[in-house]
Amino acid sequence: MKGIKRTITILLFASVFYLLAGCSDSNGSSNASGDKEIKFMHLWPEGSSKQHYDVVKEIIADYEKEHKGVKVDLEVLSNEQYKDKLRVLSTSKELPDVGMTWAAGFLEPYVGGNMFAPLDDVIKEKLSDSFVPGTVEAYAKDGKTYGLPLELNIVTLYYNKAMFEKHNLEAPKTFEELENVVKAFKKDGIQPIALGNKDAWTGSLWYMYLADRIGGADVLNKAIDRTGTFEDPALIEAAKKVQDLVDMGAFVNGFNGLADEEAKSMFMSEQAPMYLIATWDLPNYTTNESVPKEFRDSVAYLKFPTVNGKGDMNSFVGGPGVGLFVAEDSKVKKEAKEFAAFFVKEWGEKAVSEAGVIPATKVKADSLDLPKMYIDILNELNQASNITLFADVQMSPDVAQVHLDSIQALFGKEMTPEQFAKAHEDALSKSK
Amino acid sequence: MNKVMSNKLLIALYISPALVLVTVLIFIPLILSGYYGLMDWDGIGAKTFIGIENYMNGIKDIKFWNSAYHSFLLAIFSTLSLAIYLVISFILASKIKGADLLRKIYLIPMLLSSVAIAQLWIKVYNPSNGILNVFLTKIGVHNPPAWLADSSLVLFAIFIPILWQYAGFYILIYYAALKNIPESLIEAAKIDGASAFQIATKIKLPLIKEVVSVTVVLAIVGSLKYFDLIYVMTAGGPNGASEVMASYMYKLAFSSYKFGYGSAIGFLLLLITLIVTFVVRKLTTSKEKIEY
Repeated sequence: MKGIKRTITILLFASVFYLLAGCSDSNGSSNASGDKEIKFMHLWPEGSSKQHYDVVKEIIADYEKEHKGVKVDLEVLSNEQYKDKLRVLSTSKELPDVGMTWAAGFLEPYVGGNMFAPLDDVIKEKLSDSFVPGTVEAYAKDGKTYGLPLELNIVTLYYNKAMFEKHNLEAPKTFEELENVVKAFKKDGIQPIALGNKDAWTGSLWYMYLADRIGGADVLNKAIDRTGTFEDPALIEAAKKVQDLVDMGAFVNGFNGLADEEAKSMFMSEQAPMYLIATWDLPNYTTNESVPKEFRDSVAYLKFPTVNGKGDMNSFVGGPGVGLFVAEDSKVKKEAKEFAAFFVKEWGEKAVSEAGVIPATKVKADSLDLPKMYIDILNELNQASNITLFADVQMSPDVAQVHLDSIQALFGKEMTPEQFAKAHEDALSKSK
Repeated sequence: MNKVMSNKLLIALYISPALVLVTVLIFIPLILSGYYGLMDWDGIGAKTFIGIENYMNGIKDIKFWNSAYHSFLLAIFSTLSLAIYLVISFILASKIKGADLLRKIYLIPMLLSSVAIAQLWIKVYNPSNGILNVFLTKIGVHNPPAWLADSSLVLFAIFIPILWQYAGFYILIYYAALKNIPESLIEAAKIDGASAFQIATKIKLPLIKEVVSVTVVLAIVGSLKYFDLIYVMTAGGPNGASEVMASYMYKLAFSSYKFGYGSAIGFLLLLITLIVTFVVRKLTTSKEKIEY
């Protein structure tokens, strides 16, 4: 009797532990046919980014056709989930062979932790001279490049032509004209500029442009890389101008509590005539069939105005969006690098014609049938004298958080321009 | 049955699956996060042991105490609002018409997920098109506040949906407790000439005292670790005006990549909650047993 009981006990214990252990027993990467498998993770789910999703699928199919014996194992997550998962995977050293990353500050911890493989050899052999200048550099650290950029964005001021015409206004070319436009709209009871500053990077765009126009293309970059300072008069002046705009009531009510999407919907429902955003929004004003054609036709864009006659209007805020990385400890590193290079090449052509995205690789737009505003912006890009990378991407994650909080405080007038500068100085000097 | 219960081996066997699960899923992560709090770690690269520096920084961190203050405010508000829930359940438990329907209506917010509630109230609070401000302008208020953007109002603007969300939960608990009171006690009081108010305060309330003290603990602990609705509605902004302890911890660990520091803050959050729970339990539990 006792023997039976003991056996049952042991069996029960064993089954409990088996159940617990079962979770961690995942299948290895080898498979029976001897095929190589590249694990690839991206962040364009079919539901929310169908055009992107389809292009990726096509590229993978093409790759598998050309490379017999290599299979691409795909995993798709949405943006925020993707970021979270990437963190968790990197902590347990199980990054996918190829995946997507953001530039500069975002990839810093990953490079520091030896997670991403340097890709300079790939760029030299397969992709030399194919990127728009300035895009690859954003993925470089200590002289090595860790990402292949896919997208390129520049920020422009979109405005509603129809509403401007109705109020007899002209598109502003200088800050003073912009102020006059704001006053005119205010007088007619219209909130002039859509801004969703809950996300704070949206307000940062305004600040960055003002800094660029007042102090030139380098002043902000230098403050961030510590060859300059945030207490530069131009940067403080830019913060003052931001508060001038707030004082005039230039931005929609309660902008500090609105998400970017809410601000966007105010612009798109013609409640506010101006909206500063990057080119990732371009499909909404050109090709997106679910947006009324009438509205799309009435949207035009402006280069950010000059301030006091200063500033180069061909200098833009913007930068690469996501790019591809290859995992340092990938078991199929050679194939993974090859796939990444292949992807970037095909993406360049297909992104334009099928997804309406501006890729980081050079494209010949003339041969394609594209909306006019799209071609215009591509041309702006080609003539750009400078593209300043988004401040929150340039900074390391902890400083970026301080920057975003300070932007909210500056716009909310809880900080003076001087305090704003000091907060950045403190965070930057503590960080390095 | 007694034979089984006296067999120590079998007792150990029966509780072992739950014990193993609780250990693996709760206690080990808890200890680990306390341990990570001792590290200078961005969550990805190498960990460097720095002793209790993170904890010391946490204690000196004004932003942390600011968020703790907001959490405590929420705890106080939730506790005070229990009185309102109590009054509502008294009314529902007395035999009024439609009490059943009302009870179900109160419960509905609890059935919605926090994210859905957050989205709903974001719309309500929209400064230009939101139902609240449209109403305020209609009745003649010029320039109604932008609720979620005004750093002096945002905290209270967020408390309202939180209290609204949990109303049904507490009303349900009180209602069940009140329904449990034997009818005979009430009858006896009535015969003695007690008024409805006397019955409520002198008889019913003391009888459900234990339940009330449990809900006080629930409300306080729930408030101290509250996260989801605030995260979706304002993400702690503008400029930290609606930051609570849990959202500050999340921001540190996942947005600023200070994983070690975030873990330390998380551990402090646990300690604070434990201490408060202990104190509240001490203050609210009565020695005497209630028997009907």
